[in-house]
Amino acid sequence: MTTPTAAMAAPRLEVQGLSTSFATDAGRIQSVADVSFAIHPGQTLALVGESGSGKSVTSLTLMGLHAKTSQAQVTGQAWFTRRDGRRVDLLALPEAERRALRGNEMAMVFQEPMTSLNPVLTVGEQIFESVRLHLKLDRKAAMAHAQRMLELVEIPAAKQRVHEYPHQLSGGMRQRVMIALAMACSPTLLIADEPTTALDVTIQAQILALMGRLQKETGMSMLFVTHNLGVVAQYADAVAVMYAGRIVESAPVHDLFAQPEHPYTCGLLACLPGVARRHAVAVAGQRPRLVAIPGQVSSPLTPPPGCAFAPRCERRIAACDARMPALSDEGSAGGSRRVRCIRVNEQPIEEVAA
Amino acid sequence: MLQRLIRNLTDYWLPLARRLFSRKVVLASAILLALVVAVATVFPWVSDADPNAISISERLNAPSAAHWAGTDELGRDVMLRIVHGARYSLLIGGLTAAGAVLFGTLLGMFAGFFRRLDAPLMRVVDAMMSFPDILLGIALVSILGASLWNVMLALVIVYTPRVARVVRASTLVLRELLFVDAARALGVRTPLILLRHILPNLVSPILVQVTFIFAYAILAEAGLSFLGVGVPPDIPTWGTMIAGSLESADRAFWTILYPGLAIVLTALSLQMLGDGVRDLLDPKLKKAS
Repeated sequence: MTTPTAAMAAPRLEVQGLSTSFATDAGRIQSVADVSFAIHPGQTLALVGESGSGKSVTSLTLMGLHAKTSQAQVTGQAWFTRRDGRRVDLLALPEAERRALRGNEMAMVFQEPMTSLNPVLTVGEQIFESVRLHLKLDRKAAMAHAQRMLELVEIPAAKQRVHEYPHQLSGGMRQRVMIALAMACSPTLLIADEPTTALDVTIQAQILALMGRLQKETGMSMLFVTHNLGVVAQYADAVAVMYAGRIVESAPVHDLFAQPEHPYTCGLLACLPGVARRHAVAVAGQRPRLVAIPGQVSSPLTPPPGCAFAPRCERRIAACDARMPALSDEGSAGGSRRVRCIRVNEQPIEEVAA
Repeated sequence: MLQRLIRNLTDYWLPLARRLFSRKVVLASAILLALVVAVATVFPWVSDADPNAISISERLNAPSAAHWAGTDELGRDVMLRIVHGARYSLLIGGLTAAGAVLFGTLLGMFAGFFRRLDAPLMRVVDAMMSFPDILLGIALVSILGASLWNVMLALVIVYTPRVARVVRASTLVLRELLFVDAARALGVRTPLILLRHILPNLVSPILVQVTFIFAYAILAEAGLSFLGVGVPPDIPTWGTMIAGSLESADRAFWTILYPGLAIVLTALSLQMLGDGVRDLLDPKLKKAS
């Protein structure tokens, strides 16, 4: 397992049975349950799901950033292949070693570029901090590196921008700075938690193109947390769909979009305006209506006894409420595809429910 | 380096100063304060006139060309004592503010950042704040003994909880902001997060506290001296002057009016300046000013 050749083939990050629960006033809630996935070097895995499905909690758990006061309880394993080929379980690592990894071999880009930069430090100083910490460069070299990073993320006039404060930059520029910050020590794994959600559409495209370019140049792996399926289709290699803290379907990106198998995935895709329009053609003379999945995500305090999606599912049968279906890889597309639905083998869903 | 310094000055500090002094009252306060500080520091160097020189024949003389603010019941020149007193009063105010800010910031930052320390630290602070300022001051000076340094120490203890409260509140907000998480995601250690990410963001509330405590300390020292538990009477401070002229105040108003005016003007301009700085630093109040 630790031989170099084996390490080369090993996934960059292999998560097995990850579960995270938090203590709240109303009791302990299970935010993430039994999540498993693997990301290979140079690949991008998109984690998709609606708000509260546990995407962000998963990424924060992997980074080890939960506040102590939330009393997060984490079980499972997350095997991370380090630069030198050693495989370490992130969740079992002592805090000091984890800190040495953070920002160095694994980095994170947050959703809110407005608040994730310190308002009283210049952007140069913020990049400088991480560079000095991990790369052990002296002042001059670190400052030059900071400027080079800004150039790398295509910030014009980087020489001047290095000395500017976050409030002098636009949202898109700030997100570029955040990416520069994350990329400063050339990590092998980048966790991006909805990096473009707070930006307007044209800037979104630029930022995504930038991240794609950086990934191609550095060969890093990416865990891309998003609820934007358009982004997923364009940039991800594989997709894992989460619902109520569990992965309900994971597949290579092309397979998932070509033929979604879990009813929730079907519903998500049907919500896309383009797909909705296609279905509305049949109803002549009417404006196409956007499709929505009826109902709401069940409260994590009172999870349904069986399949979490059952209360909203159109294909629900009595057996759905009996127990949580296992994540099977017996789906129609074979090994790399896994679905959590008991009816998946009965009949492939030919048509997205309309 | 120098070029950057100059650029910083012209691009950042000059417009800031222009905005601060755009309010006339802030400008006037700043000028008055600068004047007081300049006189207090320069005068003892250029003149060796003794503020404690007693002249019995000139007791309680009204203000005249020789004695601008008259003389007190021992024939000491009131103006001279006010000028010398400025040194001590400003020293007390300045050092008290510095001390209270130092300890208050440490206390408040730890209480705000480490949830476990919060309850024990803040209950002590609450207990201290439940005493009226002046009573706590009197009690502390009585225990420590009346001297210039002990008065300052007592005032630092009195005003530390005030700073701790403000700093804790700001820290509580800051620690939840994303950039603290972002720093942690870069592998920054907790001490460095406190120093580089929390502390610089606390500067503006702390700066405002400095100006207020400076003024409060001058007033409190005057109050303590007036009550007889302050600085020993041979040190001329504005407080001891007022305390010393209690008996003669009905015959010679100048012995109590002029030191009183010095206190009022200095404290007022400090408060005004503090107000101006607060408005400048608080983005939410920017429109109102």
